[in-house]
Amino acid sequence: MAANTNETMTINMGPQHPSTHGVLQLILELDGEIVQKATPHIGFLHRGVEKLSEHRTYHQVIPLTDRLDYLAPMSNNLGYVLAVEKLLGITDQIPERAERIRVIMAELTRLKSHLVWLACHALDIGAMTVFLYCFRERENITDIYEQVSGARMTSNYFRVGGLSEDLPDGLDRTIREFVESMPAHIEEYEGLLTGNKIWQKRTIGVGEISAEDAIDVGLTGPGLRASGVDWDLRRDNPYSGYDDYDFEVPVREDCDTFGRYKVRLDEMRQSCRIILQALDKLKAGPILADCPKVVLPPKKDVVNTIEGLIHHFKIITEGFKPETGEIYQGVEAPKGELGYYLVSDGSAHPYRMRVRPPSFVNLQALPQMVEGKLLADVIAVIGTLDIVLGEIDR
Amino acid sequence: MSDQAIVEKIKARFSTEVLDVVEFRGETTVTVKKDQIVDICKFMRDDLGYNLLCDLCAVDYMGQEIRFMVVYNLYNITTKQRFRIKAPVEEQNAAIDTVCTVWSTANWLEREVWDLMGIEFNNHPDLRRILMSADWEGHPLRKDYPVQGPDREPYQGRLS
Repeated sequence: MAANTNETMTINMGPQHPSTHGVLQLILELDGEIVQKATPHIGFLHRGVEKLSEHRTYHQVIPLTDRLDYLAPMSNNLGYVLAVEKLLGITDQIPERAERIRVIMAELTRLKSHLVWLACHALDIGAMTVFLYCFRERENITDIYEQVSGARMTSNYFRVGGLSEDLPDGLDRTIREFVESMPAHIEEYEGLLTGNKIWQKRTIGVGEISAEDAIDVGLTGPGLRASGVDWDLRRDNPYSGYDDYDFEVPVREDCDTFGRYKVRLDEMRQSCRIILQALDKLKAGPILADCPKVVLPPKKDVVNTIEGLIHHFKIITEGFKPETGEIYQGVEAPKGELGYYLVSDGSAHPYRMRVRPPSFVNLQALPQMVEGKLLADVIAVIGTLDIVLGEIDR
Repeated sequence: MSDQAIVEKIKARFSTEVLDVVEFRGETTVTVKKDQIVDICKFMRDDLGYNLLCDLCAVDYMGQEIRFMVVYNLYNITTKQRFRIKAPVEEQNAAIDTVCTVWSTANWLEREVWDLMGIEFNNHPDLRRILMSADWEGHPLRKDYPVQGPDREPYQGRLS
């Protein structure tokens, strides 16, 4: 086309589109089917979480963090809660049971997020069966979320200093049964996709990014691991007792969509391993740290002792006041490195809460992955970058 | 290389630029003047190995002498260490050089700082709003911008 008229066609892959995984607008300049230029426009889901958190106490910000990456809510909660604990300096007072349950929940969240990723990525490319299979497994995880926290998606389960409630009876058996059944399901998905010629043609060689480019553009998470960089915050800067578990970090040299697909599938298998180890090591014990000025006291202390009553009142109405200072806590969210940069000025509200969203930085790599490629590859690349607009726009 | 050694190297190379060094909860923060920020960032990336720019953000310290602080959170993938560089930016001349030439990550991160805080980045390839709509007026994350938005009354109820 452009050879005849020297013009490109600009089309809008608008914010409402089944394949953009949220409200993402892409302005594509096309020469026939080849993309000359792709410009993402974001901000349709900007809710001002960072501004709002400046007017809330540290406890009240936790439900706001649920809604950032709404497909992996406990991951966001974990990052924030670890950041506040670091700011307070109580990281080593978190009881062991709370840390193990946090790891179990975080890895279940990783499974949940990767199941949605696989479902939607395959659906966009055309493999609709995988979508239904993955959502069937995801329903089990959502049931576990509901039993543990009361909500299917926005869990608000972790608290500064531990957990809000202990696991209900029998839930560790449910989790174990589910996790032991997962490897067979992952084999099912692989059987449908990995050897499939159509899948291979749509994903091998699509969305390539080299290791240097990936580090330069700030790509993190499975995208970086599929480009050959051995990076995993759980292993390298461990938090919440992750150095206690034995797991592998899948790294591949493919640099393309197929590599990212394989990396995420292997991550799902390793998550199952971690959950089983954590369940084996789980012992009875307290679930909240012993910091009366920070952690809410148990209900029977609130109604029976005057200290419990006063602490409860003070923490709920005023909130606790950390020291002046600033910290950065990064966690390995399913999408990449989720960072929380908290600045405290000694008052009960965070002076500045900055969320470093992995999908925001990963999306920057989109234009260089699709320019010069076909329109159909744009869909595959959006799927493989695994973006969630709730996190990008906050 | 320990954080202390890295601070010594920065001080040795940029002795006139370092304003402050703070260590808090195991993290080291170096505050530098904003004039040679590109050279400092290049030094961090090339000589000290901090090849991943994790985060670039700004904090509004309204009421203090120098109003804004641009914060660079860096990570060294080989040694797995974190570091933080901060540069104060005053309100009257709210501009600082872009570090897009050092890490391409900074592109969208600086656009967001411009959009929400109003700090300009000199020589940025594409400085325009990213989260707010293109015709928005004002910079929402500043402390003097109302949390309820420009066209509403403040929330009258209680939060707790």
